[in-house]
Amino acid sequence: MRKSVIKKLVMVALLSLVVPVTGFAADTIKIGIAGPHTGDLAPYGIPTKEAVEMIAAEVNAAGGVLGKQIEVLPMDDQCKPEIATNAATKLVSQGVNLVIGHVCSGATKAALGIYNEAKIIAISPSATNPPLTQSGEYPNFYRTIAPDDDQGKLAANFVADKLGAKKIAIIHDKGDYGKGFADFAQQFIEAGGKAKVVLFEGVTPGAMDYSAVVQKIRKEGADAVIFGGYHPEASKLVAQMNKKRMKIPFVGPDGIKGDGFLEIAGADAEGVYATGPMDVTSLDVNKKARADYVKKYGKEPGTFFDQGYAAMQSALNAIKVAGGTDYAALEKALKSSYVDTAVGKIKFDKKGDAEGVGFSVFQVKGGKFVELK
Amino acid sequence: MQYFLELSCSGLVRGSIYALIALGYTMVYGIIQLINFAHGEVYMIGAFIALIVSGVLTIYGFSGFSILILAALIAAVYAAAYGYTLEKIAYRPLRNAPRLSPLISAIGMSLFLQNYVLLAQTPDFLPFPSLIPDFDFMEPIAHIMGSAELVILVTSAITMIALTVLIKYTRIGKAMRATQQDMTMARLVGVNVDNVISMTFVIGSVLAAIGGVLVGSYIGQINFYIGFMAGVKAFTAAVLGGIGNIPGAALGALVLGLAESYAAGYVSSAYEDVFAFGVLVLILILRPAGLLGKAVKQKV
Repeated sequence: MRKSVIKKLVMVALLSLVVPVTGFAADTIKIGIAGPHTGDLAPYGIPTKEAVEMIAAEVNAAGGVLGKQIEVLPMDDQCKPEIATNAATKLVSQGVNLVIGHVCSGATKAALGIYNEAKIIAISPSATNPPLTQSGEYPNFYRTIAPDDDQGKLAANFVADKLGAKKIAIIHDKGDYGKGFADFAQQFIEAGGKAKVVLFEGVTPGAMDYSAVVQKIRKEGADAVIFGGYHPEASKLVAQMNKKRMKIPFVGPDGIKGDGFLEIAGADAEGVYATGPMDVTSLDVNKKARADYVKKYGKEPGTFFDQGYAAMQSALNAIKVAGGTDYAALEKALKSSYVDTAVGKIKFDKKGDAEGVGFSVFQVKGGKFVELK
Repeated sequence: MQYFLELSCSGLVRGSIYALIALGYTMVYGIIQLINFAHGEVYMIGAFIALIVSGVLTIYGFSGFSILILAALIAAVYAAAYGYTLEKIAYRPLRNAPRLSPLISAIGMSLFLQNYVLLAQTPDFLPFPSLIPDFDFMEPIAHIMGSAELVILVTSAITMIALTVLIKYTRIGKAMRATQQDMTMARLVGVNVDNVISMTFVIGSVLAAIGGVLVGSYIGQINFYIGFMAGVKAFTAAVLGGIGNIPGAALGALVLGLAESYAAGYVSSAYEDVFAFGVLVLILILRPAGLLGKAVKQKV
């Protein structure tokens, strides 16, 4: 079994060396799609590949971009950094003008250096690791998804600016997800300088009650609570805060933004804030993209489809605005021209993160999470 | 000072719940030297029964306090049945087996009951209605001690006094004490030891079920796994107070609850378990038999 898989992989690798040679003759715009197209993480890569191919087919049928046809070059990296470097080298040697990908943060990081040396822009639909853009090491990198720390940043800014809280208590459940969110929130509150973190504390999931922690929040005089964790602990906390007659805002991450929280916390949930991915399904572009997909493939699109679609849309827009595939012109176009995509109207900031995508704040009103505009 | 009061209050509430469960551990251990690991699951089942009953009663238009009392009663009856059956099928056949066998059997029953509820009900958390109404007279001090906390403290105090009376002044209490001292001798003077042991399980289960109902309506959520941690903590409390000793279990539970609360309040709630078990280690070093336990010489 394993041997035959390896044999197949070798054959695929050999074939992929042979096939593109024919492509060199025509004057086309070559767009690489790198990501996991086989292996257990393929469900994260295939939807982006399909989205890009769908747009390419549509644009080619309508005459192409700047009079040139788009040639799509898929390249599998299986989300593995060592395969990603090979994939990147191959794409570069095939003369791609731009890459949509990679999908996993680790693979993306491994490949980016190679594209950077070759002066090729890469737009990832899904690599959320914050340093990819923030370190400044990869000026050729863009993404159409919000970085991991965006949620913490949003919560921190919301509490400090919109709610005007001065003393903030941050409670987390000691897990990777909860503490990660709490750490980012703390970092951004301290960087913002408008508010102070008066309490940063972990609670034990499954403990009988949290009344001691609630009393501690009161003692520290906090005027808002940011919580990192999931809904069982969050509902226990808001219930006990209400029981102790503490009426200060409670802000949680997308781990509490769901029916589970509403059901368990019941009446105590009212007024609680949660950050969560923006609702993009009501956008016209998004509706059209999804309808096209359903028509072509006969099923609902998978993970990162919207982001992959948006990445290809911004790439094409940049090529149109730049009037070609020159690196500097593309860079300028990506950072300056707004484009309507499947994840909203976006352009990229100077580090390469998309402005206008990501998370919004929701609040429980009448037993439902309502997006705050 | 107010902060200290607040922490003491939450520690006492936690402690009295631990006490209700710990009594079951210690009574069973006192009589048959068995650590009934499935006891935490009886507490969990009590909470589930109360949830189901209160759902049904709400449909029939009962309200607040009457639901609480009826739900607690029915939960207690059910839990008693579980405790009785548990003893009958898992421990009685192993009465004369080596001491490790019933222990393994107890762990097996604990896993079985957990997974039974997991499959028969749901793996998710379920909302538990807040059955204890807010009393107006508690409103001025609600931020220190709420109505639910008052009800928990009063109920567990009453339950513990009732238990003391039962053990000290009734026939069955006398039989229980006799069985605890010497099972063979008790049997010789005509005590039906099997019945006494069953009774012990029943009483322990009733106490645990009451604890389950109180906790459910206090924190507002339950799932199949709540019995595990509560069971471990209550067992710790029983050991802390001297396992086999009834006032010791209550005292140990209160000490444990307060220690956790002060640790969470003055140090960090991330480490409350560390402090709770730290207290246990410390006390066992200083008083190996527990706070109120008597050092018993091993019979050879």
